[in-house]
Amino acid sequence: MIREFGWVDVLYLVFAMRWTLALTATAFIGGGLIGLVIAVLRVSRVWPLQAIAVLYVQAIQGTPLLVLLFVFFFGLSIVGLPVLPWIAAALAFSIYAGAFLGEIWRGALDAIPKTQWEAGSALGLGFGEQLRHVIMPQAIRMAIPPTVGFLVQLIKNTSLAATIGFVELTREGQLTTASTFQPFAVYLTVAFLYFLTCFPLTQWSRHLERRSYGPA
Amino acid sequence: MSYTFQFRDVFAAWEFILQGVAMTLYLSAVTMVLGLAIGVACAAGRLYGPKPLRVLVGVYVESIRNTPLLVQLFIIFFGLPSLGVRFDATTAAVITLAVNLGAYATEIVRAGLEAVPKAQVEAGHSLGLSGLQVFRHIVLFPALRMMYPSLASQFILLMLATSITSQIAVEDLFHVASIIQSRTFRDFEVYTVIGVLYLLLALVFRGGFALLYQLVFARR
Repeated sequence: MIREFGWVDVLYLVFAMRWTLALTATAFIGGGLIGLVIAVLRVSRVWPLQAIAVLYVQAIQGTPLLVLLFVFFFGLSIVGLPVLPWIAAALAFSIYAGAFLGEIWRGALDAIPKTQWEAGSALGLGFGEQLRHVIMPQAIRMAIPPTVGFLVQLIKNTSLAATIGFVELTREGQLTTASTFQPFAVYLTVAFLYFLTCFPLTQWSRHLERRSYGPA
Repeated sequence: MSYTFQFRDVFAAWEFILQGVAMTLYLSAVTMVLGLAIGVACAAGRLYGPKPLRVLVGVYVESIRNTPLLVQLFIIFFGLPSLGVRFDATTAAVITLAVNLGAYATEIVRAGLEAVPKAQVEAGHSLGLSGLQVFRHIVLFPALRMMYPSLASQFILLMLATSITSQIAVEDLFHVASIIQSRTFRDFEVYTVIGVLYLLLALVFRGGFALLYQLVFARR
């Protein structure tokens, strides 16, 4: 049955966005945890730990997200997990986000002058205490604008989950196209919905950046 | 759970895989040139052009940067034919990738041009150089050096993103993987091998860009 692309379909697309946002949130939490570990490993003074973090970031950043997604999708059955697009997408996107967030946050930690570490050390604080009480409070302020910027990348990239059949905004767009046969109108609407989500975040990130570094 | 990994069938298709690599390299190279050209033109338009042009470039950059590449690809490949504009898959892929990269390149080039201190431009003018001469002899080289690292990493991201064009059946490396998968059913193995190949390509690109930087910029 071919029907016209109407308001009902737009409504369906809007509802499908909740899965885009759910996947983004999951990946951001999972990736945030991984990223935190990666960033701390990078500034640790133990070189094997640093090497592990570097390898992780290089490997993930040098592999297309699409490949990551498919490796996890087909790898699930090998480790005995149920082959569900949701699980594969959550894992792949968390691991992907972990590499990028880890690198962003390492940059923020590195930007804190070495003397701050030394001052903490002179006060008798251990590595963990220096990190928690001296370095991180300062680094967080610097890390927020690029983190929001990455969030935009993450939202856009969740569209790739459509390729393993995870029904989020883009997949819903494909399904709507199949039943209405009006790809131009459908995909423009889909793009517009992404824009509505991402543009405010982009502006916010830019605003935060200007505030922390002054006018460019 | 026991699973026997079998890579033999995957490696047997090496010639086919090589074709995919060639297509991925072709897509990357063509798009880099086109995307950079768009980026330079739009950055110039945004910095030196009249108001309407600046607004237009701003709309272009923001609408591309805030929507997914996959959806852009679908609009151009599946959507435009309903307006009577029809491309084959590879052309649609090149157009989409170039337009996409162009938006990111615009921002990078603009930031690079803006980063050249105003005083140097004024110094050039006071020596009696024309606008074009100032641009060529004073602004261009330092600006290029400043934008080079960002452009290089954007190019690598683009190379990885060419995998997305497999979704409209462009026969790139990723598409080759899905064909081998459907023939051998060795899905996990295929995508692991392809992943390693992409990783190697990314390393080669990174090495190449670093070498180019040494050759062009380091001696100055």
